[in-house]
Amino acid sequence: MTDAVLNLSDVAFGWAGGAAFSLRVADFRVAKGESVLLLGESGSGKSTLLSLICGTIVPDSGRIEIAGQDITELSASKRDKFRAEQIGVIFQQFNLLPFGTVADNIMLPLRFAPARNKQAGDALAKATELCCALGLPDGVTNSKATALSVGQQQRVAVARALIGQPPLIIADEPTSALDANSQAAFLELLFAQVRSNETSLLMVSHDPRLGARFDRVIDMQDIARVERGAA
Amino acid sequence: MILRLAIASLFARALTVGMTILAIALSVALFLGVEKIRTGAKASFADTISGTDLIVGARSGSVQLLLYSVFRIGNATNNVTWQSYKDISARPEVDWIVPISLGDSHRQFRVMGTSVAFFEHYKYRQGRSLAVADGAILSDLFDTVIGADVAATLEYEIGDPIIVAHGLASFAEHKDQPFRVYGILEKTGTPIDRTVIVSMEAIEAIHVDWQGGAQVQGQATPADELRQMELTPKAITAALVGVKSPLQIFRLQRAINEYGQEPLLAILPGVALQELWGIVGIAETALLGVSFMVVVTALIGMMATIFSSLNERRREMAIFRAMGARPATILSILVLEAVVMAALGVLLGLGLLYLGLFIGQPILDREFGLWLAIDPPSLREVWVMLAVIAAGAIVSMVPAIRAYRLSVADGMVVKT
Repeated sequence: MTDAVLNLSDVAFGWAGGAAFSLRVADFRVAKGESVLLLGESGSGKSTLLSLICGTIVPDSGRIEIAGQDITELSASKRDKFRAEQIGVIFQQFNLLPFGTVADNIMLPLRFAPARNKQAGDALAKATELCCALGLPDGVTNSKATALSVGQQQRVAVARALIGQPPLIIADEPTSALDANSQAAFLELLFAQVRSNETSLLMVSHDPRLGARFDRVIDMQDIARVERGAA
Repeated sequence: MILRLAIASLFARALTVGMTILAIALSVALFLGVEKIRTGAKASFADTISGTDLIVGARSGSVQLLLYSVFRIGNATNNVTWQSYKDISARPEVDWIVPISLGDSHRQFRVMGTSVAFFEHYKYRQGRSLAVADGAILSDLFDTVIGADVAATLEYEIGDPIIVAHGLASFAEHKDQPFRVYGILEKTGTPIDRTVIVSMEAIEAIHVDWQGGAQVQGQATPADELRQMELTPKAITAALVGVKSPLQIFRLQRAINEYGQEPLLAILPGVALQELWGIVGIAETALLGVSFMVVVTALIGMMATIFSSLNERRREMAIFRAMGARPATILSILVLEAVVMAALGVLLGLGLLYLGLFIGQPILDREFGLWLAIDPPSLREVWVMLAVIAAGAIVSMVPAIRAYRLSVADGMVVKT
């Protein structure tokens, strides 16, 4: 798979100390425009894997390539900048800044990604356009993010992940707190956006019922080996 | 945008942030207020007497002589004989000389005997002369010219009678020789405002029938008869002297200090003031030290506020990190917040200071004769304010570094 947006090979990472923990991923790829659902129970190493992909932690060995760049070769500040430019993140609880407006929240990633900011042009116009595409009401950009309904906050979180048009979106159990109808509506929106932009989507969940919508469903156990105990 | 988000984040914690800003504001207002009072008191003292080259009194301490002769604080331990006064007057270096006689009072105000020349030669605030707001200067033996505060406090008008009491806290009054208000001086911001001025002859006249601090039984010389009497004073409390040439000041001072007929002391007002500042300097430094510590305490309070908010803000920091913020950005956001809080505290403190000055200025003037000018902040005060903001940034580094470490440890994993 030559057009892989995400490519992990021989990655090993270990937490030292009392709660020693190690994670090994031999080979894991996500192709351009591909949607992958990564299933795993609590403690299966999902959060550690996402942190490694996002570059907030670095592996002890191995390569993590995103859009052709091995992020393990980058300095910490360059990894942060790379994350801002190449990865959109959607959290479990959407995690909008409670004191910011909708526009503040959506435009936040652009503040840390100068190239994407320049590419986006008028960031506010882009944010408004995304809000419109995601079915948010007119004039919502000036509202406090926390004043919106849960469904609207989901859309703002999606808009925030998409605004920089990153090649990879990582979603960390974004539907875990939603009922079945809301889950379906949220995924509908998310898939419509990532497909129109040819964005790769890596979603982590413990709910196998979501798998039907994804190109691939992978169990954490199939790609990662977790060991616990004294390091 | 980061600044706007930092400010928005502060607004989200309005109560604790507001209390922190208030604490900084109060400490800054206190510090600048102490500084204002310190410089105001110095300026007020220094402005009290201007254009007088020497003050002459009985030999004591130079500060004591300055305090009782100019500021009406304390009393003379001895008087200067009229003969000594005449001898000094006759010296070739003397351009002008004005006698002062203190000792009696009216209500809570000092009565000062002097000559008409006092109104010509007494200068204050860089050479300003006394001016009569209403009436005129002394004409009759029993005329008084009163200071602005005397008139305002006692609601005196021209023509009102004044009974002078013997001594400073005495029930014995010179009831048989009432004075009348003949002139009211304009406000000067000096002890003159709280002084009842009469002629030297009047001081002599009201004591004609007195011996040993009490009126001689059955003796009351009529006022008209007193007006005809020779009322040359026997002694004075002090004298203000103007010298013809500045080069002659020290020669005259030495001559007076070495005067053989009685022990006298001649002081240069400016030098005595410096000596006074030297004495009060320790208290001044202590006061500044205390107010400095209050500022430090407020800044530590701000540090504690930021510290206590860190745990609840880990989610916020994780969001920033996930969006690509570097740990250094997290650190700078916290420092920025601290700078905003310190700057708002300083501005609010400055506002409180000027509000306090507007309210306190007439009270301090009325109660203590301390005139605080309401001027724009001085360069020194601007530096103090900038230093507080810089100190705010520095103390915030402690929680900011903690936040930096937390954000490195947490990464984008949101702690709930």
